[in-house]
Amino acid sequence: MSNIPADRQYTRSHEWLRTTADGDLELGISDHAQHALGDLVFVEVPEVGRELAAGEACAVVESVKAASDVYTPVAGTVVAVNTQLAGAPQLVNEDPYGEGWILRLKPSGAAGDLLSAADYAVIATAG
Amino acid sequence: MALRTPLYELHVALGARMVDFGGWDMPVAYGSQIEEHHAVRRAAGIFDVSHMCIIDLHGARARPFLRYLLANDVERLMLPGKALYSCMLNEAGGVIDDLIVYFLKEDFFRLVVNAGTRDKDVAWIASLAGAFDLRLHERKDLAMLAVQGPEARARLASLLPADQQAAALQLGQFVGVQLGDWFLARTGYTGEDGFEVMLPVSGAAELWRQLNELGVMSCGLGARDTLRLEAGMNLYGSDMDEQTDPLESGLAWTVAFDPPQRNFIGRAALEERRARGVAHKQVGLLLTERAVMRSHQRVLVEGLGEGEITSGTFSPTLSQSIALARVPAATGATVQVEVRGRLLPARVVRPPFVRHGKALIQI
Repeated sequence: MSNIPADRQYTRSHEWLRTTADGDLELGISDHAQHALGDLVFVEVPEVGRELAAGEACAVVESVKAASDVYTPVAGTVVAVNTQLAGAPQLVNEDPYGEGWILRLKPSGAAGDLLSAADYAVIATAG
Repeated sequence: MALRTPLYELHVALGARMVDFGGWDMPVAYGSQIEEHHAVRRAAGIFDVSHMCIIDLHGARARPFLRYLLANDVERLMLPGKALYSCMLNEAGGVIDDLIVYFLKEDFFRLVVNAGTRDKDVAWIASLAGAFDLRLHERKDLAMLAVQGPEARARLASLLPADQQAAALQLGQFVGVQLGDWFLARTGYTGEDGFEVMLPVSGAAELWRQLNELGVMSCGLGARDTLRLEAGMNLYGSDMDEQTDPLESGLAWTVAFDPPQRNFIGRAALEERRARGVAHKQVGLLLTERAVMRSHQRVLVEGLGEGEITSGTFSPTLSQSIALARVPAATGATVQVEVRGRLLPARVVRPPFVRHGKALIQI
């Protein structure tokens, strides 16, 4: 069913996190989440430099159907955002784990309760 | 358990995302809802609307009955096959449902009512029909498909026997005709030209597949909603219900007050309200900010008070948010809408927003 790559970790609220080559964390939403939301029409990203607390709402993904907050499970500073999403929000639908990434942050604390791909698959299948 | 149309297995086989809609398990989209929307504006799409309820009304006094039952006047229906859109009101003027009525013969009219209101509609009509000696026949043996878009009529007609194609293509706006097994009507809920087909349940899946092969895209309720909202068409339960009347819901044009001697259910209440002055009106709203208006959001009108979004969405054709709202009657050119905790300016416009593939609103 939905695609859940094993090279990253997930949250119960359907975000994914991947450590980049320079030690930053890249964050996006899962394939399951984009499928449930349907076609995205707007993605609101934070400003680069913003300090985020663990569990804070840091972006909004809005589809034809509904708006949803995106949460970071890790505290840190936003070092980059995906500026392509302003003109092409559908990238999140088409390639949620690649071109559809939302932001990168420099972590300032440990990650909380993150899930492996296998554990997330159980949640995604349940609903 | 959720109700299923005769096409349920087909939807699942086509990979549709199924959702609950008024107790029915219905396809919301097969792939991208926005692509389905554009397919209908630019070429053709097909929708399963078999959850809607077809009620045949038989009896010599069908016409006088409907002139009493409905706020619009079936006396306007003289050409066999001609259809009329109407509200069915309660005594207080509240909207029990909106429907399409077809005049087929003097002793045979056909009603198409909403899925979510099916039971109360049938009970209401049956409770009144007895006095007029009428027989109601719910056509559960029929499926209903809507084929919509600029290419829809030609593609559907190409599947008919040669001797029926001309009759199908010559069908006038808002007219239906029985062609073999099919009742074919030039009606719809998208703002595009097209047909709605009522046919025996057994042939529905095959027709769907044939239309797919002709390049008619499978479309779900998601696209149906954005299309009807762009077309400025009301949705029962969102834009009007039993607590609201047609005059405050943008449906005054469907209430036939003439001739004054026609007594229809709800007439007295509407006349009283009209004489007193209707406090609210329906308007279209256009948001320029990057956000989406949704139903039940608050609308603030300076100096006049508040209103409410009754239907809101993102318009794929206009690439911005549009809505229908109920606002104070004196509302002018601009309002503010409370969207996710922020007050955003919105322009008041007159629906429809889009018809026949063209934007009708200056952005």
